[in-house]
Amino acid sequence: MGIALTRAAQWTTASSGTGKLEITPLNESLLKEILDFVENFSSRHPQEANLEFKEPLKWKTTLDPCNFKMEYEVSGQTVRSVEASSDGQPLLHLSSSTICVLTFSQLTKIVRIANDKKLKELRTCLEENRDPVAKILGPSFATVEGEDTSVLRFLEKVNSNEDKEHDVRIKLLILLKQLDTQLLSSLLKQISQEIRLSPDTVKNDVTLLKSFCGNGEQRVLISVQYTSDYEYLNGCRTPPWRQVHGEICYLVIHTCDTDPLYVTCSTAGVFLNGEGDENAYERKSDIYKDLVTLLKHHSPHFAEHINKQPPSTQKIEHVEPVGAEEQGQTQRSYEHQEKNVHEKARQQPAQNKPGSKKKLEPSSKWKNLGLGSPYHKTPGGGPSSEDQSESSSEDEEDEEQPERRPESHADLPSEYWHIQKLVKYLKGGNQTATVIALCSMRDFNLAQETCQLAIRDVGGLEVLINLLDTEEIKCKIGSLKILKEISCNSQIRRAIADLQGLQTMVKILDSPDKELKCLAAETIGNVAKFRRARRTVRQHGGIKRLVELLDCVPDSATLTQEQEKDVEVARCGALALWSCSRSTWNKGAIRKAGGIPLLGRLLKSPHENMLIPVVGTLQECASEKTYRIAIQTEGMIEDLVKNLNSENRELQMHCASAIFKCAEDRKTRDLVRRYEGLRPLVALLQETENKQLLAAATGAIWKCSISMENVEKFQEYKALETLVALLTEQPEEVLVNVVGALGECAQNPPNRAVIRKCGGIQPLVNLLTGTNQPLLVNVTRAVGACAMEPENMAVIDRLDGVRLLWSLLKNPNPDVQASAAWAICPCIENAKDAGEMVRSFVGGLELIVHLLRSTSKDVLAGVCAAIAEIAKDEENLAVITDHGVVALLARLTDMDNLLRRYLAEAIAHCCAWGANRVSFGEAGAVAPLVRYLRSDNASVHRATAQALFQLSKDPDNCITMHENGVVKLLLGMMGSTDELLQEAAAGCVANIRRLALANEKARYG
Amino acid sequence: MSEMSAMDRKIIQNLAETLSRQVKHFNRTEAECLIRLFNGRFGDQNDRKTGHGLDRGKFRNILHNTFGMTDDMIMDRVFRAFDKDNDSYISVKEWIEGLAVFLRGTLDEKIKYSFNVYDLNGDGYISREEMFHMLKDSLIRQPTEEDPDEGVKDLVEIALKKMDHDHDGRLSYTDFETAVREENLLLEAFGPCLPDAKRICAFEQQAFQNPPEH
Repeated sequence: MGIALTRAAQWTTASSGTGKLEITPLNESLLKEILDFVENFSSRHPQEANLEFKEPLKWKTTLDPCNFKMEYEVSGQTVRSVEASSDGQPLLHLSSSTICVLTFSQLTKIVRIANDKKLKELRTCLEENRDPVAKILGPSFATVEGEDTSVLRFLEKVNSNEDKEHDVRIKLLILLKQLDTQLLSSLLKQISQEIRLSPDTVKNDVTLLKSFCGNGEQRVLISVQYTSDYEYLNGCRTPPWRQVHGEICYLVIHTCDTDPLYVTCSTAGVFLNGEGDENAYERKSDIYKDLVTLLKHHSPHFAEHINKQPPSTQKIEHVEPVGAEEQGQTQRSYEHQEKNVHEKARQQPAQNKPGSKKKLEPSSKWKNLGLGSPYHKTPGGGPSSEDQSESSSEDEEDEEQPERRPESHADLPSEYWHIQKLVKYLKGGNQTATVIALCSMRDFNLAQETCQLAIRDVGGLEVLINLLDTEEIKCKIGSLKILKEISCNSQIRRAIADLQGLQTMVKILDSPDKELKCLAAETIGNVAKFRRARRTVRQHGGIKRLVELLDCVPDSATLTQEQEKDVEVARCGALALWSCSRSTWNKGAIRKAGGIPLLGRLLKSPHENMLIPVVGTLQECASEKTYRIAIQTEGMIEDLVKNLNSENRELQMHCASAIFKCAEDRKTRDLVRRYEGLRPLVALLQETENKQLLAAATGAIWKCSISMENVEKFQEYKALETLVALLTEQPEEVLVNVVGALGECAQNPPNRAVIRKCGGIQPLVNLLTGTNQPLLVNVTRAVGACAMEPENMAVIDRLDGVRLLWSLLKNPNPDVQASAAWAICPCIENAKDAGEMVRSFVGGLELIVHLLRSTSKDVLAGVCAAIAEIAKDEENLAVITDHGVVALLARLTDMDNLLRRYLAEAIAHCCAWGANRVSFGEAGAVAPLVRYLRSDNASVHRATAQALFQLSKDPDNCITMHENGVVKLLLGMMGSTDELLQEAAAGCVANIRRLALANEKARYG
Repeated sequence: MSEMSAMDRKIIQNLAETLSRQVKHFNRTEAECLIRLFNGRFGDQNDRKTGHGLDRGKFRNILHNTFGMTDDMIMDRVFRAFDKDNDSYISVKEWIEGLAVFLRGTLDEKIKYSFNVYDLNGDGYISREEMFHMLKDSLIRQPTEEDPDEGVKDLVEIALKKMDHDHDGRLSYTDFETAVREENLLLEAFGPCLPDAKRICAFEQQAFQNPPEH
């Protein structure tokens, strides 16, 4: 029965020691078999039953001493059997609930006494005696795996001895072996009935589940993640020593309604494990046949929603794990479909296309990126919003990197042992031995992860960091040289920070030894790649010290040796600041420590290896307004422009992204032009292979093109043609900027024709089907600008661009909504049969009227402008009136300045239908409008006067206006040079006057 | 020293003049300060008369007290490196020349000096045995270890692997020089034989604080 117990029984911990036999069907039948065996043992094999065990079986019993009757001496809590062994020991001895038994006949009796508790007693007995055979027959019979020679050896002994007792013993042994075989065969029957999981089925399940994760409201799960990225050849992701237990992989599943579930998938099924506890591998739940069943039991939300998911077709579509980009593409194709089946789809009830809501959500990756800060590795590109604490997405990645489970000792590479030995010498050696060990350690390939982790796992990091606290400069240098290399690994970075290494390194920055300072700064630069580390550096005064390192004379022609060393120190300081500058707080700290002028001075350096970290830091910090101003006022634009002409692509990229961020400011844009930076920027457009550089350069061009003078320069350099060529086959980070630049250039009328002639309209319209919100904002703006020219409009119309713009009004992002609404205005203005076109969008008018409930002022202004255009068509005006446009517009009249002009325009145009004038009056829109005339904006005056003129055609409105003192204001405007304003004001006054005359006439005449 | 005769002063000045020309790292004033210091270290007129200079014991005291060296064997070797003519005394000239490397030597000079220190028998090679000898106290002995020297032997092998470029099982001067140029930390691979920056600073400050008036 030994093998059956060790191999087949399901213990809670597979490790030896006191595990528990769980209540599983398998164990239960196993226990019953054994119980049966024991119960009948005395009667079937009386001789063997009286054989004494080599060692007593001991366990904690729940039996009460009073249950023992005949053949036992009971005294208080102690029970002794009358029968005694050959050496006088009682065969059964119970005291303080521990029971010792020496024969099977006693065991049989206990089972009888225990009655209904017999199963429990047996279980405890087996749990506390993991190998009962060894105790019964002696340790030579301990259950071993593989060939078991104990029987053979025993036979020999028996033959030579011819002892009577041995004869009995061998019979007992054979009986026990029989039981073992019997148990195994019956268990085998059971096991074979169960479904066994394989790595493939688990993998399919996981990919399936991943497709149900997302951000939308209808998501079923939040995320499903493997704990290890490494997959062995057999498809398992568990370490080998767990694979022998049949474990396939570990998962962390975040559900919508419970704590994270830590799940073990094994061949026997899936169950929750004790992740985070001491017994991480221990089973904490029942075994389920697959993941879905487990989730159904543990997450009510999952159980409820999984059934609503569409049948298999949807599943197949998503079986592959989709990254952000791929998801974007599927979305796009989906949008294409939507375009074609637009009306149909709109009328279908929502649950017919489940997941659509989820899909329209941006993937979380994009959200993290902020407004167009492209690429994970290099934080360049777009100006990230000020309130974002990090301007780089890199650390997010860093933050999430899963900790790998330690590898098994069996397959450790030889480096591991060498490194372990060296660390031993580091620990137990004096300075000389330490230096030799450090130098030898540097001969390993420290860029290799095995070595990095080996150093950590043998406790080397602690020693290396401790060395930094010593007085020995040589040891410190040697240690830092190693730390610098291995801190390229994110897990090591974390470990260094955890061991308080940053604090020590910051202290070293005060050292008079320049080599030491360099190494410490560089290592800080490597470690400070994640948020917590950057905070630590700041909180321990590291930023101030690093800024102090920057103080050197970088550009003098002849440098003494000492000065050269200073320059090197400054370079390392800049490298560290570059890493640190990714946190907003650190940007502030650098500024306060006086870093900006020092960076400005280093910017004059002729050396690329100095310029890259300096410009890198500057462009990182340029997300802060104070820096943008400083960069401009400290004259750094000139140097940035100069370095645009460098041969080094990375340097060019950082310069371009610095300009990208700074050129939000008009003066900066002018400076870039004055220093002739526009031409090199355009030249960089040829770098179509280097996407990061391209993104930075196009970004700079975009921001520079906000100034019309710059646009003219760009025309001169034929930048537009190149930009249009970049509209296809570029990553979104580039596209956002290219389209942004085109949108700005198209504000200049001649450029609109150029874009059309280069074939730019089609790709622009195609981009309207995208999902990237910053891109959509720019695309809608560009399309809108192009639509201002009738010929362009014809092309847009043919490509069904207006419909696409209109569908973007449904985008959840208000910026996209507003930009789309603005783009719609010129389209309606310039399209042929605009009224007919607008009507053909089923539900379109309702949609746009509904947007008047938006809380975003930008959206409201854009929608008002669009409504003003729409209302020019009488039929459409009738429709939007039905949708309640009047009340909604009237409600907005109390809003502030931004909106006034467009609101007044919309009101003016909406008056043309039916009783709308009266309705506006009743809704209380007239009096606020009169106040608009007191605004100091001429365009507001004109629009308001026109609206008032329309409204004054209703007598009640005239009275309201008059009461609000409109006449005096209008009289002033009649003297305006703006003819439209003049005319409207005069018309309004005329209407009021006419009413007054009619009134007098009625009264007096 | 206060009643130092004009004659003595003249001699010292001339000597300083000559030595500062021979030894490039010190100017005349500095050389003069060092000579005075040298003279001040005797206290025994006879020694000066006989022209022997500093003996081993006095020199070791200086190394220990001023430059913080502790290892007896290394101090002995430093004495030998200073004592170029092997007469067991360090003359004024040897004193100045030695200190030039000791305090202000270039990397080249220091490599030569260190190699000299570590080449215990002066045969032009640092052998395994010499390394073992120099490193034997560098590790804490674990009482549990079977062979207490095993760690040191292993350390010697590690050092050889790192520095023995021609794989002949010993370090020639070329081996040593190449290794140190590659990794400056190995300059004092077998024991501290040069003062650290702090001690140098303190020593120079003290020695040169009152330059003799002329």
